[in-house]
Amino acid sequence: MMSERHTLDARRLLCPMPVIRLQDFVSTVPSGDLIDVFCTDPGTRSDIPAWCRINGHQLVGIEEQRDELVITLRVGSGEGRHP
Amino acid sequence: MTTLIKIAPMRAKEQKAVALISGGLDSMLAARIVLEQGVHVEGINLFTGFCVEGHTHAIRKKDRQREKRNNALWVAEQLGIKLHFIDAVDAYKDVVINPKHGYGKNLNPCLDCKSFMARIAYQWMLANGFDFIVTGEVLNQRPMSQRRRCLPVIAVDSGAGDRLLRPLCAKHLPATLPEREGWVDREQLHAFHGRSRKPQLALAASFGIEDYAQPAGGCCFLTDSSYSNKLRDLWRARGDRNYELDDIMLLKVGRHLRPRNNFKLIIGREEGENRFLEGYRERFTHMRALSHSGPLALIDGQVDENDLILAARLTARFSQGRDAKSVSVQVNECQGDSRRLNVVPLSSKQVPREWYL
Ligand code: SF4
Repeated sequence: MMSERHTLDARRLLCPMPVIRLQDFVSTVPSGDLIDVFCTDPGTRSDIPAWCRINGHQLVGIEEQRDELVITLRVGSGEGRHP
Repeated sequence: MTTLIKIAPMRAKEQKAVALISGGLDSMLAARIVLEQGVHVEGINLFTGFCVEGHTHAIRKKDRQREKRNNALWVAEQLGIKLHFIDAVDAYKDVVINPKHGYGKNLNPCLDCKSFMARIAYQWMLANGFDFIVTGEVLNQRPMSQRRRCLPVIAVDSGAGDRLLRPLCAKHLPATLPEREGWVDREQLHAFHGRSRKPQLALAASFGIEDYAQPAGGCCFLTDSSYSNKLRDLWRARGDRNYELDDIMLLKVGRHLRPRNNFKLIIGREEGENRFLEGYRERFTHMRALSHSGPLALIDGQVDENDLILAARLTARFSQGRDAKSVSVQVNECQGDSRRLNVVPLSSKQVPREWYL
């Protein structure tokens, strides 16, 4: 099955809200899909990768566009998913 | 011929604990103690909106380049456990607005807050098939919520009862279910009490934990007197003890001045704050000096023409034109109308101390 690519807008949200939004969003997305998270809080640069490591998702990349970050991850298997 | 069937020994069910992880050392140690005993541990972290999590760093320009981490996530990673965030902003309002056990020195409802957190952990425990809850409380460490008579109140009010284990001070308390059932060995728990941090530091060293967050002045903004004053002022001005997440976020940003009962100004103190406040332009009438460089000011409240002129004079006061004879200020109503006001900036003597919140 083809994996899909999703977008999550977490701009203007301060940590840990971007991670909370991502956590909730990931629970609705099949494993293998990609998510681009748009953020403005610079703390997401370390928080989202840490959250991915802990919960079994794969960080694909971080791109900086002026004052915005686009953090891309691949959703992991059920094992590391938020219950 | 007899066949011997080898029966594998029954494996005891793995016990599962949910640990309230604040990001500080005590909850990290509490979780680690239970992990050491072979219990499966996962963490939860509650976001109430008042948490001190580097928000001012995220907003202020000079701090944006500084490396910042979410301590709860960092702790979970060090412990090798999963961490689940819980958005508790709405549910927490009742704790702040109507605390059954009252406030501490400022608007911090610590006892109700601890019970609330234990209750959320208990609900999570039930929903996810876990067996008990772990917290990093230490007997008599804090004046309001950790006195001997308070710890049972938290267990009862939260509904967690004796499924609430405090590994750092368990030996001062009656044995809980996990201890009685042998899920954890009480002998390996601790008897910490009081404000000294020495036992925690020694335990951290014995686990090889060298790096940990040391939150200054408590775990949330409600312990801060200036923040609490601003929240009290917000309630008084609105005649209603309520708030939205945006309200309590805005209390962390900018200078807040209330020149009249019916409105206050939130004025950015630097570029990062101005940019953050710009995100609220559609919700608030706002103004900024045009003839001189200056900060963005949001107006919170209902204003008439006189109020607008006063607000413009104050905004001019905080611009580079503070000593000019006249400053042109752009006023944007939240409905979209905009115009210019030419005003004389207020002098410092015309801005009484009491206006500052
Ligand atoms: S300091 Fe804040 S977060 Fe900590 S117990 Fe008190 S009210 Fe709750």
